Amino acid sequence: MTSATVRKRSVKRSARGAPDGGGGGAGDRLVDHGAWFLVLPALIPILVLSVGPLLYGIALAFTDSQSGRTEPTQWIGTLNFQDLLHDTLFWDSFRIGLLWAVGVTIPQFLLALGLALLLNENLRFRWLARSLAIIPWAMPEVVVGIMWRLVYNPDAGILNETIRDLGLGDGRDWLSGLATALPAVIVVGVWAGMPQTTVALLAGLQNTPRELHEAAAMDGADAWRRFRTVTWPALKPVALAITALNFIWNFNSFALVYVLTNGGPGGRTRLPMLFAYEEAFRYGQFGYAAAMGCVMVAVISVILALHLVGRLRGGDDA
Amino acid sequence: MRTRKSARAGQYLALLAYLVFLAFPFLWLISTAFKPPRELGSLHPTWIPKDPTLANFRQAFDEQPLLDAALNSLIAAVGAAVIAVLIATPMAYVMARHRTRLARAATGWVVVSQAFPFVLVIIPLFLVLKNLRLINSVPGLIMVYVVWALPFALWMLVGYVRAVPTELEEAAAVDGAGRLRTLVSITAPLLAPGIVATALFAFISAWNEFFFALVLLKTPEKQTLPVVLTHFIGAEGVADLGPLAAAAFLATLPSLVVFAVIQKRITGGMLAGAVKS
Repeated sequence: MTSATVRKRSVKRSARGAPDGGGGGAGDRLVDHGAWFLVLPALIPILVLSVGPLLYGIALAFTDSQSGRTEPTQWIGTLNFQDLLHDTLFWDSFRIGLLWAVGVTIPQFLLALGLALLLNENLRFRWLARSLAIIPWAMPEVVVGIMWRLVYNPDAGILNETIRDLGLGDGRDWLSGLATALPAVIVVGVWAGMPQTTVALLAGLQNTPRELHEAAAMDGADAWRRFRTVTWPALKPVALAITALNFIWNFNSFALVYVLTNGGPGGRTRLPMLFAYEEAFRYGQFGYAAAMGCVMVAVISVILALHLVGRLRGGDDA
Repeated sequence: MRTRKSARAGQYLALLAYLVFLAFPFLWLISTAFKPPRELGSLHPTWIPKDPTLANFRQAFDEQPLLDAALNSLIAAVGAAVIAVLIATPMAYVMARHRTRLARAATGWVVVSQAFPFVLVIIPLFLVLKNLRLINSVPGLIMVYVVWALPFALWMLVGYVRAVPTELEEAAAVDGAGRLRTLVSITAPLLAPGIVATALFAFISAWNEFFFALVLLKTPEKQTLPVVLTHFIGAEGVADLGPLAAAAFLATLPSLVVFAVIQKRITGGMLAGAVKS
């Protein structure tokens, strides 16, 4: 999704002939002359409110910045990171964040793939599924969290009622049980993120050559074989991109779990973002929380890099 | 032939399972919103309220400043959508049409910005906005939302610009129209549907946003709807399920309506982006 994409794009465009008429040298110019006034209205806010704060945030990680303190903030080098190294609560939360991100991303992908394959078939009621599949996407995350709290409610919730109706016992308090809290929030995460994944995979499917599919069917290939030899190779780039993005989004998520459990019970669902939020805005430890953010960025960068390597290798095979 | 038939049956069964999974939490939310306290308190909740009532909605408005919150959300979302699209459209145009280092850097930023943990951006933003006295103000939140909405606004708009053939612009240039004139009178009208779709998507995102609003807005009368909704959940967990469900349901309606209107365009735009990348 990163530089490989960019490179592919520029190759495509130069093959088509750059519209500004500047042959090979155009790519080396910073901006096409005369285009600055079109770019500045967006560029200034991006630099001031996005790139700037990001760099400022990284710098803060090396200071003892705290909220409401009168003494001036000082550089303390890597002290925050050394403290972080020994902060078992943070590493617990980091582990939970990884568990949650993997636990959401994989089922999300598999379920979305199934749904996308179904929606790509000529089924009746397809429109209904398509419309419904959009609902989680349009809902505020806070509402999704509230909604599932109502579903999971031990007494008045539909989940326990269904369990009681089926004679499977009395049900339980899913969100406050030490063992059930993380799986329960993972189910919500899967539900909430399925639409985007489904839509992206559906796009990939509609991009696969139908003739190839029909030819394979004529040759007597069964459904699984057709999927493996025709559908999957065409779908792979989209699948890899959306999975990597989903993993990153899930690892960084906040609102859903904040509303569902607020990190509880006993920190069992305290995702890194919840931990950093509390550290910064409840305890006022800006520098320390920024250091947490840096560690999260570092891990995400490694994942992105691995993903890119995988993608480039996949490209060589093709 | 028989295997085909059973395969079809399996497909419909799977589709049904998906429909139940996708729909049942939402139906439960609606059902809960219309239940009287007596039905909510019973240990055997019913799917459909036997005795539907609007009392929960009234109580929700009594308990929390929902109208103020909705107004704040509306201002923040409309402001962010309009400004984001106004400044993103020219930049997206340049990114789509000119192969320059800045265009490539911008594309890179669009992708990388998806990976930020927001905590790394929000602490500095909080400090800066505090110094500018823009904490606890909706305009301050709009500024943040504009930049937050820019990546996907650019992403969608670049796709829409690419769909406009360059021949029309070249013809205008031959006729002696300048760059700005070409953009305003030739490209913009063709882009209009895409620009509207992008603005509406930015609107929904801002309407639904929670983290920045939670950090930046301190007092109840300045807070947006998602933040005020969390006040229904007390420190001890959920106090009143009925009003909570009613308020949550109301907060969803605007984005559901907008999404229903532009659904095809959004998925279309995203599909185009996903396929091209």
